[in-house]
Amino acid sequence: MTLFETEGLTYRYQQVKAVDGLTLSIQDGSRVALIGANGSGKSTLLRLLDGLCFAQEGAVRFRGQELKEDRFADDAFAFSFRRQVGLVFQSADVQLFNPTVFDEVAFGPLQLRWPKTELRERVREALERFGIAHLSDRVPHRLSGGEKKRVALASVLVLDPAVLLLDEPTAELDPRSQSQLIDLLVQWGGGAKSVITATHNLGDLEDIADRCVVLDRGRLVADRSPAEILRDRELLERTNLVHAHRHKHGSGATHSHPHVHSSEGERSAGPCTPDPSDST
Amino acid sequence: MKFARGSRRGRFLERTIAGLDQAMERTLYAEDTATAGGLLQQMDARVKAGGLFALVVAAALARRMPAIAAIFALAVALAAVSRLSLRVLAGRVWAGTLVFTGILAAPALFLTPGVVLYRLPGLGWPVTKQGLTTASYLMSRVETATTLAALLVLTTPWMRVLKSLRALGVPVVFVAILGMAWRYILLLLGTALEMFESHKSRAVGALKGAERRRVAAASAGVLLSRAFHMSGDVYLAMQARGFRGEILVLEDFTMKRLDWLALAAFASLAAAAVWAGR
Repeated sequence: MTLFETEGLTYRYQQVKAVDGLTLSIQDGSRVALIGANGSGKSTLLRLLDGLCFAQEGAVRFRGQELKEDRFADDAFAFSFRRQVGLVFQSADVQLFNPTVFDEVAFGPLQLRWPKTELRERVREALERFGIAHLSDRVPHRLSGGEKKRVALASVLVLDPAVLLLDEPTAELDPRSQSQLIDLLVQWGGGAKSVITATHNLGDLEDIADRCVVLDRGRLVADRSPAEILRDRELLERTNLVHAHRHKHGSGATHSHPHVHSSEGERSAGPCTPDPSDST
Repeated sequence: MKFARGSRRGRFLERTIAGLDQAMERTLYAEDTATAGGLLQQMDARVKAGGLFALVVAAALARRMPAIAAIFALAVALAAVSRLSLRVLAGRVWAGTLVFTGILAAPALFLTPGVVLYRLPGLGWPVTKQGLTTASYLMSRVETATTLAALLVLTTPWMRVLKSLRALGVPVVFVAILGMAWRYILLLLGTALEMFESHKSRAVGALKGAERRRVAAASAGVLLSRAFHMSGDVYLAMQARGFRGEILVLEDFTMKRLDWLALAAFASLAAAAVWAGR
């Protein structure tokens, strides 16, 4: 069954087109990675899919129903949609607005009118699962970057949505936490849930997705399997997802070859995937 | 960039950063005092909001200074038994209110016709008895009202204040704006702090006056724009988790014996103050 469908979808910030005539179809239960350089429209597309902003041209449909502003004025539709779709924002700071971590994780279930006994139990479970139970009474604004990210993730995953939208989920996390998060996402819902992840961390692509959509300046430029995308060096270079720069290897020799960056937050290179044509 | 070393005035960035840090602490201070375990902290938030509001109305209606003074004294006593620091109240509530209300009340001293008590040296402006009375009433009423409002905010978690306002019939739009304002203040302070720290990391020595003004002016515009953008994102993040404008909290309001007693006490005291001050 089709989960999301966009048709000629266009969204502008003033005169700049963030999403430009995008036509895309995402099936239920699929794991899709949206990749693209900064400004390629990934975050805007996630917001459009989550009904936080609306198509200026074209349409977005969720299970066949068009996502329009007036439809969200209807409480029944809005609650049903929010129960099914969860979005984790790129910046954890914007997602933390409650006085304590416990309140933060409980915010979503409260809004969705969960019974309070069940709610408390599920919040405690989520805090344990993300290793943040000891932060339960802390003020979210005073946490470290990694802790904030964990709270932000817990506050959405506690809702156990059928569809999870993730905007750069591993940004601001240390390498161990990144790996734990990837494991959690792979195992989440026994693999039966739909996960749409915006990222430019190519190193995790094959773990988190079985389909990869490449965006460039709001347009769809490729839609293939992660393995095929990762093999297409020309596409990755053209869309600014890899670049060549000089660096040292263990031998001390300095050379240059196309280079994959693992995430925006890391200054040093992540997994180095040398160009096969490079003999060094 | 030109720098002037050493002077107190020159440590502009350091002082701004320290000030922002302090403002952040002050904003979060209420969350600490709200769980301090004093008398008002144990009370139902609706009783507190309704009762303290009744006392504000009584102070506004009272036409005798002793009645207003009695309400003020009651507010101070409530602060003491609720483990609030009177020094903090004096510094953050009373002093600020005194200055701002003083500025508003000052013209009344000179413009209200009546018996002249004193003339300002040099200018010759007359301070009248009636003007002094008017200014005193205004200032004492405002001091009392702000103290009572501070009692509510400092002894109740912010989400419960908002929920109690909804329970008392305040429109959802107004309450939602109050809720967003709290988040906006934290975001504004956090963003400002990051901006000035970033500026400091790239500056050596102390800034001269003109540079300070340039930095302050440039920062103010960027800061507002960034904070506005972020607060929009916060609202979207709330919507994404099902927020529809209604304030919901985990604990349900329940009236205990203390709450009924407090309700009766607030109602009686407010009525007595109105009667005594008529």
